[in-house]
Amino acid sequence: MHDMSTHAVSHGAPTSFISKHVFSLDHKVIGKQYYALALVAAVVGMFLSWLMRIHLGWGSYAIPGLHLLSKSGAPGDVMTPEYYLQLMTMHGTIMVFFVLTTAPFAAFGNFFLPIQTGAEDMPFPHFNMMSFWVTFVAFLVMVAGFFVADGPSLGGWTQYAPLSAVGAVGGPGQGWGVVLWAASIGIFCIGQLLGSLNFITTTLDMRCKGMSLMRLPLTAWAWFITSIMGLTAFAVLMPACILLILDHVAGTSFFVPSNLVIGDHLLPHSGGSTLLWQHLFWFFGHPEVYIAIVPGLGIVSHVLITNMRRPMLSHRVLIYSMGALAVLSYMVYGHHMFVSGMNPVSAIAFSFPTLVITIPSTIVVLIWLGSLYGSKLRINSASLFSLGFVSMFISGGVSGFFLAQPSLDIMLHATYFVVGHFHLVMGVAAMFGIFAGTYFWFPKMTGRMMNETWGKVHFIMSFIGAYCIFMPFHYLGMAGNVRRYQAFTDDYLIPLIPVHKFITVAAILTGFAQLIFIVNLIYSRFKGPLAPNDNPWQGTSLEWSTATPPPHNNFGDKMPVVYHDPYQYSVEGASADFIMQTSPEKLTNPHEEK
Amino acid sequence: MAKLFAVVIVLIAIGSAIPIIMHTWPLPQDISVHGQLIDEQFADTMAEAGISFLASQILLAFFIWRFSASRPSDKIKSFPGGAMGLVIAAFLLVGTEVLALGVFGAKAWGSVYLTAPAADAIPVQVQAGQFAFYFRYPGPDGKFGPIHPDQISEANANFFGIDTTHDQDSKDDIVTAEMAIPVNREIHLLMHSKDVGHSFYVPELRVQQDFVPGLDLSVHFTATKIGKYEIVCTQLCGLGHYNMKAYLEVKSQEDYDAWIKQQAALQ
Amino acid sequence: MATTVHDSPKIDVGRLPSQGSGNGGWRNRVPADGDLRRVKGSSPPPSSTGIWVGLAAITMTFAAFTSALIVRQGSAADWQHFTLPSILYLNTLVIIASSVTLEIARRRIATFMSGNKIEGAAPARWLYVTLFLGLLFVAGQTFAWLQLRSQGLVLATNISYSFFYVLTVAHALHLLGGLGGLVRVIGKLNRSALRRSTLNATAIYWHFMGGLWLYLLLLLRMKL
Repeated sequence: MHDMSTHAVSHGAPTSFISKHVFSLDHKVIGKQYYALALVAAVVGMFLSWLMRIHLGWGSYAIPGLHLLSKSGAPGDVMTPEYYLQLMTMHGTIMVFFVLTTAPFAAFGNFFLPIQTGAEDMPFPHFNMMSFWVTFVAFLVMVAGFFVADGPSLGGWTQYAPLSAVGAVGGPGQGWGVVLWAASIGIFCIGQLLGSLNFITTTLDMRCKGMSLMRLPLTAWAWFITSIMGLTAFAVLMPACILLILDHVAGTSFFVPSNLVIGDHLLPHSGGSTLLWQHLFWFFGHPEVYIAIVPGLGIVSHVLITNMRRPMLSHRVLIYSMGALAVLSYMVYGHHMFVSGMNPVSAIAFSFPTLVITIPSTIVVLIWLGSLYGSKLRINSASLFSLGFVSMFISGGVSGFFLAQPSLDIMLHATYFVVGHFHLVMGVAAMFGIFAGTYFWFPKMTGRMMNETWGKVHFIMSFIGAYCIFMPFHYLGMAGNVRRYQAFTDDYLIPLIPVHKFITVAAILTGFAQLIFIVNLIYSRFKGPLAPNDNPWQGTSLEWSTATPPPHNNFGDKMPVVYHDPYQYSVEGASADFIMQTSPEKLTNPHEEK
Repeated sequence: MAKLFAVVIVLIAIGSAIPIIMHTWPLPQDISVHGQLIDEQFADTMAEAGISFLASQILLAFFIWRFSASRPSDKIKSFPGGAMGLVIAAFLLVGTEVLALGVFGAKAWGSVYLTAPAADAIPVQVQAGQFAFYFRYPGPDGKFGPIHPDQISEANANFFGIDTTHDQDSKDDIVTAEMAIPVNREIHLLMHSKDVGHSFYVPELRVQQDFVPGLDLSVHFTATKIGKYEIVCTQLCGLGHYNMKAYLEVKSQEDYDAWIKQQAALQ
Repeated sequence: MATTVHDSPKIDVGRLPSQGSGNGGWRNRVPADGDLRRVKGSSPPPSSTGIWVGLAAITMTFAAFTSALIVRQGSAADWQHFTLPSILYLNTLVIIASSVTLEIARRRIATFMSGNKIEGAAPARWLYVTLFLGLLFVAGQTFAWLQLRSQGLVLATNISYSFFYVLTVAHALHLLGGLGGLVRVIGKLNRSALRRSTLNATAIYWHFMGGLWLYLLLLLRMKL
């Protein structure tokens, strides 16, 4: 008779190529697929940024071959103003969605969350598989924008109405380009919701024996908190995109007010609310930037702990701080709208939680610094990128101090100061978190080690390069350099062009440093030295207790049993300088979470 | 590697601070009445941010330098005060900082946005449209005629869609492509967008405000220094966004009166 | 299409929980050595957590639509109020009835699954009734849309109609998902492969759709 209590998630090991590598239910394969997608997206996004930077530094020059990318966008290889904005829109969108939301959360989280909780897989593997393929389709739809007649949208990743909603009259790419953009993002939201569903239920319900919530490593907590944010934020962005598409294709007026005149034509819309788009978008948008960074906070903490041979000063405080960041992130979104025309009293209301959110961010940084004190710090590519993350997070966070105040935002809104802030605190920091995770977990995922020397070269070039690119943005912003300009024609901006040239050179060089990483990654995958054992970093969490790479059901015959809090490093009286979570050794002086 | 990294952090931190200390790219000169509050707030924030930035980066570098040189036989040390000490420090230091910045910043903000324009402020209407600013002065009657969106026409240079035949108030309205204002007089700027979102930004005036299609927004300010400044658009509005600007001329009262008369004659 | 299930499934109540994670089985057993934390008495099956997670996302989506409606209504004076098509009230009764029939089905199946056979119970039958009522609801909603369309009142006629269509279509699409869930449950029941947690999760989703409809009806009545 058929067994009614079939296991929640056990699915037999796949046999065909398709079921092993393409439509796989295995969270590890799905994680790697997400990583590959993020890698491709990052290369595309970086390439777009090169084109933008070259144009900003040397505007009227022809970039050889550019007309191949777009005949209308670059006739004679010289970039048109609209093409600059289109490249910029795609750069921002691809980076924020397909790199920063995908790699730290979906890629590493899918691979490692079930292992770190002690599960065989996520509870809804079909939804999980769908989440990747839906995200992949979203990426294809986004990139399709490059191939429609008018090109992709030029409205920026924020797609403010009414420019985004009036259709092709708004400019090149504002017809089909916007529809494709909104469709892609709507599809992306669905993929994220399916993923968040799995992450949350894995954390709550799929922990192995002895694995209480407080015994989960910080990465697991970071992914859990991020997935809750993702669930609520993406569920708001999707309806916004639906309404935007309707304004385009169905003649509705959600976002387009009456009496607009473009090209001497009175538009037929009536009554729409421009600010409504901004409220919906930023209600999603602010949690989104925390979705981009919180997994990095977890990864960096996790990697640093292993490389400091001691736990953080307080496991609990870090968890609460990440939770506080998540909760506060919903209350601050209006700081993107200080001069938007919303009620000026709301500006004050939004600025207070924005300033308060500095507190958990500061706590996290102080805990990191305080834990470095008295540690036995090991220097390798993973720990270097983690320490680099700390530096970037400090820098980017400090510039947030300025932007949190509406009175200063009068000067800094829509200038390069904002662009410098978010690139440092979100873009570069999150990338460093991705690199840290890659160098750290590569042996577990592939059984081989990445080249450490090239890793260090990659690191120091990226660290110096990123500061050379983005620190000057702050000075430009203070001088009033407006963003989203394809050229600087205003009298007061022309003297700043030499700074832009410097930045462009730095950007290209830093970009080449990333090629070192890609070559290292691909080469090591196939020819790298074999990992010395299943636990090359001498880590304590569950991923290091299993085979390398982990078997189909993660742990083989025996599910793990957890006896300890994570991060029992350098415990007094213990038999070794690290005690794995699965070790039955009784500790007289374990690190208790305070 | 660790020591190199530590040195690099310190160099970058100090290197980043130098342009600030040396005022290499200073804030644009302040020609406004309310700007002083903003600039003071800016300086206070810069001091606090700068100290936090330098202290934490240098501490990070020092810890990397010092503790990467630990030997395996060394014992792990706990930071004095532990986690709780740091949490308290964060709340006290950062908490008081942010409260102070928030409270004083609200004052600066309120002085711009939560005060009503003076009764004798000169009303000037500005219209933003892809990709130019146009200005309208009410003329001797002090009143603006209504805007007829269906009559807006770039082709006929009727930028505001005013109907001088039927609307009495429109007859003496003055439409210009440049904005001129008298020095030391408050201006009440009435903002109207013709098509999509734009923004009005004059860095020297310490004024930035978005145009929102469908909303009647306004700002008020007083310029304190004669000169020629640029109004630039800061809200992405299409392919011509980078070029969308107009000149703001702050003139003496006599020069302004002469200019207005001259513009009226050109209507 | 079988309407009866031949045998009640054999459940061995004395059987130990499976060797894997999930379903909480492991976490109750304290081994002889080491410091094990007692996690929970028993962990719910993941689908019962999962369904609430999914419903949280759907709630946020409709909250976003609601706030869009409220903001949009307040931002301009062009809102054309209209009377809701009366068939909507009939549809409301249908969807409430479907929740009732689903509950009846659920109890019968639970009894059936625990091994007790009740004569003439036919546990799948009430699922079919629910399915039918669900389809009837969707048909009724379609009738309402077609009725409005025949009067020339379409999506773009006025913002009030835009929101009406968006909200009712969004709800109907989610309901179709619920119908798919019901079909899946029926299929599994017929193959004796149905888990109680699956049935419960599907039922919770269905009831939520009913509740969501009541909320939307109220919102539309008040605002439209």
